[in-house]
Amino acid sequence: MTTTEATPVLELTGIGKEFGAIRALHGVDLQVLPGEVVGLMGDNGAGKSTLVKIIAGNFRPSHGEIRFAGSAVHFNRPIDARGVGIEVVYQDLALADNLTAAANVFLGRELKRRFGPFALLDHKAMAARALELFGELRSETRPDDLVKQMSGGQRQAVAIARTRLSNARLVMMDEPTAAISVRQVEQVLGLIHRLKEQGVAVMLISHRMPDVFAVCDRVIVMRRGEKRADKPIHQTSPEEVTALITGAKEAA
Amino acid sequence: MAMPMESPISFTNVGRIRWWQRGIFASQTGYVLLALAVLLVVMHFASPYFFTEGNIQNVAKNFSFIAIATLGVTFVIITGGIDLSVGSMMCFSAMITSMVMTELSAPGSAAGSLFVHMAADGKTVLANVPGLILLVSILAGLGVALLAGLVNGFCIAVLGLSPFVTTLGMLSIVRGLGYVVSNGRGSFPGGPDADYFYALTSGDVLGVPVPFIYLVVLALAMAVVLHHSSFGRHVFALGGNEKAAELTGIPVVRVKIEVYVTCALAAGLQGIIISGWLGSAPANMATSYELNVIAAAVIGGANLAGGIGGPLGAIVGCVLLEVIRNGLVLAQVSSYWQQTLVGVIIILAVLVDRIRSRMI
Repeated sequence: MTTTEATPVLELTGIGKEFGAIRALHGVDLQVLPGEVVGLMGDNGAGKSTLVKIIAGNFRPSHGEIRFAGSAVHFNRPIDARGVGIEVVYQDLALADNLTAAANVFLGRELKRRFGPFALLDHKAMAARALELFGELRSETRPDDLVKQMSGGQRQAVAIARTRLSNARLVMMDEPTAAISVRQVEQVLGLIHRLKEQGVAVMLISHRMPDVFAVCDRVIVMRRGEKRADKPIHQTSPEEVTALITGAKEAA
Repeated sequence: MAMPMESPISFTNVGRIRWWQRGIFASQTGYVLLALAVLLVVMHFASPYFFTEGNIQNVAKNFSFIAIATLGVTFVIITGGIDLSVGSMMCFSAMITSMVMTELSAPGSAAGSLFVHMAADGKTVLANVPGLILLVSILAGLGVALLAGLVNGFCIAVLGLSPFVTTLGMLSIVRGLGYVVSNGRGSFPGGPDADYFYALTSGDVLGVPVPFIYLVVLALAMAVVLHHSSFGRHVFALGGNEKAAELTGIPVVRVKIEVYVTCALAAGLQGIIISGWLGSAPANMATSYELNVIAAAVIGGANLAGGIGGPLGAIVGCVLLEVIRNGLVLAQVSSYWQQTLVGVIIILAVLVDRIRSRMI
């Protein structure tokens, strides 16, 4: 999948972030190519979440430049990042339990029909599109069911379906497999494969080594706010990545 | 963009939720409505007077007197907030409305001369434009409610104060202002437009009390807004998961301010209607009504934790409270029992809901 001549969908150069006296990130360079699945690993406090939040528009970087599909971008709010085609599946999924699957997929960008001066929700169109998305993701999820009655895998599918509404070029997933059962992990990894087939770049933030090695093309290891390794998955091993995460091995 | 579907999606592991396990049938509103129906049947057999036209008119009128405010507070409760200032707001809006009406109807004053003149006999006051005074004074009453609602919303959404504390403060502020502007005496609607005022607030159309008509219209409008507009969708999302609402780009601050303003306006309108029925706006009017209003909303199925509620529930809660009050009077039980019974019903309604959600 990795081709050298393609324009990277995301390119970070010299990204740094300070919170007061604390240096959370320092000089991070990285690239993500279209259709590539990149695993981002690191221990707690390694700077993974800060990096993700910078890319998603939650924080502004103190240093460095973000280029998206070749042009420099500056995000002030998460909606700005979504505007250019970066979607995030948050760790807690950001779902409203009391609403239906379709309502959650379209939350904040509802489809409407005009009736004279009023714009009313187009329930039918939203349910139809949501069903289509769940079909693409191979998830047995009914658009009209309430999210509170759903399994972990279904909820994950709802959160991922949301990223498929727009023409997302990069989907970041924060610990998508942390809190679900083995069978559901399989489903989620399947979902990542489907995004990849579509040419969408995926950034998988995870603690779970088997998941990263199952779906990723490349793995990036963070430690103490710096990028310590950036290797194709077949040139490394779980043992080496563990050593890099814990600091037993400084860099690779 | 669309991925080719190899086969249509099949639901082998995911059953369909049965109709009686979803929607209104699985909601607190549903079985409180059922309980209400049972209660009505019992009342029919217990008292021959219950289903007389006069009594039904009375019941309809009485519950309409708190139901409009309950609709407003339901909006706030769905977002996971609370508004304790509705009782004071009713009083203050009513008071401002009747004070403005009286003020504008004084022929000698500077403002009054624009609106009224003396008739040829030198005693009767006539309006220059019929109905204009009424319109201005009602707008003034609703205007102060709008301001108080904006302050509530600003403190809660922008400054991040807790809804409970903010509106508790507003309860006291608005009640105090009512005493200040009226010197503790209250006020009376007066002037040439007073008859229109009474007709619009406590009259009836073909035997149907007008407050009831307003209630039905507003409840239908609320149902449409809640379930068929993106504002309503955002109100529910805010109550379900505020952080998710924020991350998905919902204008959380604006939605919050809007619900508190809506609630204050509903309370103001309710107060103006009550004052028409009372014939005055005393300074202690609607004291502690906020508790009745919130109780009615909760009995009808609005969840104080947010995310659940609707106009039908609000009305059912109000009707249930009123039927019980009315029933106790008809059954010649001391009306002091009413409060105790209301408390029991609040706890019962929530308890049954808890048991039901555990059974599924």
